[in-house]
Amino acid sequence: MLGFLIQRFLQAIVVLVVIAALVFLGVFAIGNPIDVLISPDATQQIRLDTIARYGLDQPLWQQYLAFLGRLAQGDLGRSFVFNMPVLDLVLSRLPATLELTLAAVAGATLLGVPLGMFAGYRPHSKVAKLLMGLSILGFSVPTFWIGLVLILVFAVSLGWLPAGGRGETVTVLGVEWSFLTLDGLKHLLLPAVNLSLFKLAMMMRLARAGTREIVLTDTVKFARASGQSEWTILRHHVLPLISIPIVTVFGLEFGSTLAFAVVTETIFSWPGLGKLIIESIQSLDRPVMVAYLMLVACLFIVINFLIDLAYAALDPRIRARR
Amino acid sequence: MSAPLLAVRDLATHFFARNAVLKAVDGVSFTLDAGEILGLVGESGSGKSVTGYSLLGLIDPPGRIVAGSVKLQGRELVGLPTAELRALRGRRLAMVFQDPMTTLNPVLTIAAQIRLAIAAHERVSARAGRARAAEVLTRVGIPDAARRLDAYPHQFSGGMRQRVAIAVALLNRPDVIIADEPTTALDVSIQAQILTEMKALVSELGTALIWISHDLAVVSALASRILVMYAGRIVEQGPTASVLRAPRHPYTSGLLDSLPARAEPGAMLRQIPGLPPTLAALPPGCAFQPRCPRADSLCGMAPQVTLTGVRGWRCHHPLDGGPP
Ligand SMILES: Nc1ncnc2c1ncn2[C@@H]1O[C@H](COP(=O)(O)OP(=O)(O)O)[C@@H](O)[C@H]1O
Ligand SMILES: [Mg+2]
Repeated sequence: MLGFLIQRFLQAIVVLVVIAALVFLGVFAIGNPIDVLISPDATQQIRLDTIARYGLDQPLWQQYLAFLGRLAQGDLGRSFVFNMPVLDLVLSRLPATLELTLAAVAGATLLGVPLGMFAGYRPHSKVAKLLMGLSILGFSVPTFWIGLVLILVFAVSLGWLPAGGRGETVTVLGVEWSFLTLDGLKHLLLPAVNLSLFKLAMMMRLARAGTREIVLTDTVKFARASGQSEWTILRHHVLPLISIPIVTVFGLEFGSTLAFAVVTETIFSWPGLGKLIIESIQSLDRPVMVAYLMLVACLFIVINFLIDLAYAALDPRIRARR
Repeated sequence: MSAPLLAVRDLATHFFARNAVLKAVDGVSFTLDAGEILGLVGESGSGKSVTGYSLLGLIDPPGRIVAGSVKLQGRELVGLPTAELRALRGRRLAMVFQDPMTTLNPVLTIAAQIRLAIAAHERVSARAGRARAAEVLTRVGIPDAARRLDAYPHQFSGGMRQRVAIAVALLNRPDVIIADEPTTALDVSIQAQILTEMKALVSELGTALIWISHDLAVVSALASRILVMYAGRIVEQGPTASVLRAPRHPYTSGLLDSLPARAEPGAMLRQIPGLPPTLAALPPGCAFQPRCPRADSLCGMAPQVTLTGVRGWRCHHPLDGGPP
């Protein structure tokens, strides 16, 4: 186990260095950051000074090493727009996205898995066909459109729920959370539903496919032959057997939504990471982009690691191989 | 003669494929007495497993029992509501499957799986469940059972896994166990062990056993009576010794000739000519006719069952009975 941890840690370092190179090339080396840093009417002297100060006259590899050095010290620079350390800025936006994403992915899983299992268990029933039809809708209708419809119906027409913002928050462990107040929950509901529809469709399809396959296996037949009820079989045999692909998708969806909830956060003015990155791209706030991309890389590394741990917890055969 | 424990009459289980009806079991009748060991032999694809599943009502769509009757101590099982059937499964009728690698759930411990099987019929505490699991595993010859309860199936060999499956089948001392080629996937030495143990166990518990196999040698070592199945039908039945000494159906005779023990040392084994039948394209009349050395024009009509005392066969041109 310790060997496994060390191995994963080294892998993570390598991945981060590679990502850092890509981010560096993508964000720093393409285009000229100087044009953003100084005003167009600055003197030639100021221009040269700035270039020297930021090390832009150095060869590319030296700039990269310097960039890596700063990264290693956790120094990602200051935001041009907010004029604060970008790490603090990005981390301050993380909780909002975290709670939105968790609500969306967990909701989609808790609802989608049972529905999908039912559809896989009774594939020819009307309900199953209806669910599968709806899941196609969930896949194909664009998120922004559903978001707008949700706002129109529930915020504008019916007036039941707010159209945007985080609402009232409570500070726990120095971080603000919306889901702990009623008002915050109300604000959370629409964007979470908006984000979760696609995932709901995916979870349903995944659970359905797994269930359809597993109910035909000898494992299920043998359980039936010993007199176990259909409910017991679904709950104790099928669910554990289909949970591995579900956990995988849960993790990956969680990661990608955390990183790219851009559309929903913009529509619902949810002050999270997605909204921040869109704003920083618009204002060419490069340090924010770098910090964000590095954070996303770290998130995926952590999530993949957690998925692996979950595999081991769910499947004894994987445990044995370690 | 008292009523048999299990009476199967004209059982027919068909699979409704896209453009064909596959008659996997097509009018099977037999009886089973309490404590009896009955062998069911036939080439693979002849409908043995489907017969076994049908007895427990375990046929999944697109298959269905379309006709016939299965009576357990006079009680009709065909058409019984699912809940009542479920209450009988594992308690009165149990089944062991062919491949021990696929029957146990790979992500549950042995104890958990046995506990689920116990809980299907009665409420048990976790402790009582474990004790019972250890007891039944010991009974089927798993050494050090109490300490291996928390192991997972992949930590057991094929033979050990099949013993666990047998333990689950024996859990409630059922009246009948249907053993569907339980040793086919195992090494020969382990096969012999399990055969012997199983025979001892059922005779000790008074459980009747239907032993399904494609291997006539295995069945004849175990069963007091055998049924020979071909393309969904029983083509011959009778006491094992009698059938082996004087097979009446040419198919049974062909099976006997292809047994290694009957061949001259070093000689080629005699095979039944031709291929096993495909259900989608059966000839009219006797299904064995294309492979049969005795076939003539009469065989285009399906032969009826001929019964003489304990023997029965389905053939227009049976072989000589010889001295009884
Ligand atoms: N699930 C199924 N769907 C369609 N046909 C099936 C199915 N199961 C069995 N059959 C048909 O029933 C025939 C008999 O199968 P089976 O009882 O498994 O044979 P065996 O004697 O080898 O146990 C097969 O040849 C196949 O055509
Ligand atoms: Mg079979």
